[in-house]
Amino acid sequence: MSLLEFENVSYMYEADDYDIIDGLSFSVEKGSFHSIIGISGCGKSTIFKMINGLLVPKAGTIKVDGVSIENRKDYCGYMPQKDMLFPWRTVGQNVALPLEIKGGYSKKDRREIVENALSDVGLSGCADKMPDELSGGMRQRAAFARTMLTGSDLLLLDEPFSALDFLTRISMQEWLLEQWEKHKKTILFITHDVEEAVFLSGSVLAVTETPIKSLAEIKVPAGYPRTRECLTHSDMTSLREELIEVLRRQVKAE
Amino acid sequence: MSIRKQNVKRSVYRNGANIGNLSALIFMFALLILWQLSAMKVDAAYILPTPVQILQKLWELREPLFTVHLPATMLVTGIGLLISLGLGLLLAVVMDASPIMQKCIYPVVVASQTIPTTAIAPLFVLWFGYGIWSKVLVTVLITFFPITITVYDGFRAAKIEMSELLMTYGATKRDIFFKIKVPCALPYFFSAVKMAIPMSIIGAAIGEWLGAQSGLGYFSRRMMTQLDGAGVFAPIVLLSAVAMLAAKVIGIVEHRLVKWRGES
Repeated sequence: MSLLEFENVSYMYEADDYDIIDGLSFSVEKGSFHSIIGISGCGKSTIFKMINGLLVPKAGTIKVDGVSIENRKDYCGYMPQKDMLFPWRTVGQNVALPLEIKGGYSKKDRREIVENALSDVGLSGCADKMPDELSGGMRQRAAFARTMLTGSDLLLLDEPFSALDFLTRISMQEWLLEQWEKHKKTILFITHDVEEAVFLSGSVLAVTETPIKSLAEIKVPAGYPRTRECLTHSDMTSLREELIEVLRRQVKAE
Repeated sequence: MSIRKQNVKRSVYRNGANIGNLSALIFMFALLILWQLSAMKVDAAYILPTPVQILQKLWELREPLFTVHLPATMLVTGIGLLISLGLGLLLAVVMDASPIMQKCIYPVVVASQTIPTTAIAPLFVLWFGYGIWSKVLVTVLITFFPITITVYDGFRAAKIEMSELLMTYGATKRDIFFKIKVPCALPYFFSAVKMAIPMSIIGAAIGEWLGAQSGLGYFSRRMMTQLDGAGVFAPIVLLSAVAMLAAKVIGIVEHRLVKWRGES
């Protein structure tokens, strides 16, 4: 069953005179892990901002769980590129933000939910620390815990690991797969790192042209659970080369 | 940056602060000595009294200065500062909430600062009399501007990505104001208050200079007519001391409340 569906969706920025998203249709199965890859500025993040309601499509319909997202709340959790932990709040208070905004939780309930969410991402005992006391990877895990507390089945992760150093990044990728397998969420993951897309996803949705009229869906030939070792298999390396070629063609076309 | 590196950086800052404090003290002391020596050379206390003469005068006149004139000036300063804070915050909030209001208010606020206050203040005395309100008006006119502009800048310093994140959680404008804009503006607010304190004291003193029955500005002027140089300076030194003390207190409060300056 499709959790997310795009039906002929178009979007135009005010400053442009063309639709950056032009009649796009695609769907994402419940419980799947999809990556969207494309070069910088190709419109990947625009797709996310339409799903999370920050941008309203010019035409077409976006459905989550079979229902249009118009005037809906709480149907997706969005995690931006930067961790966006507010420096004036403790880690716990940051993670509690979705609950605070939703309302209806007592302070004690919130505290308990936040403690659980933090211990779930390996940050037990960090609730009262300030964000600047955490390392880059820990901050991203806190931001992920905050995204989980939106309670949504659909998680939109917009290049969450791109600012991390190489080793932290690969350990965060492994960690994210564990989290996904544990919580059975549907994840849509934007990246421009081909290897990251191949390692994480069941399917890669490649942006082949801007304006985006369609996404090329490429299945990743590996099952779950995965280890990094699978990246050395010949069909995985050829997929990686194929995707790099797709991105190169797009750069040339620009 | 690793946590250990941050700690090292913090302790370097602390040592730097201690050295800075010591340097400031030495510099201040050197200035005072320079002043003392120059004044002794000039040897005309009605033109340039020495710091020692001023301190002696301060001690001699402690009774009227501390019991009558200091409280009078502090009353004007306090009321003026409170009104300025209220007005400044209100204008900043309104300008931030509505671009149209911002376009209307901003030029008026700037224009208000082109008024040569000392020239127009005697009119305030005609309008409001010799009581405290003419002085309060001078104080407000000088002080509300930096508060308005600084706090408004603070609201605008809030990152749009932070607001967008909260909007994806279903946040209302009110949520965004209280959870992002207010904390972002808080360091700016404290800067504004620290600027406003000396300015409001100057405002009150100018008001009193131009027409009053009590207050340190009035007292200083009276000493001027008596060609008592040390008497002119004594209340001014007292005002400086009060301003520095108040700014220090605000600095301590700020340090307790704002721990994230420059990190957002």
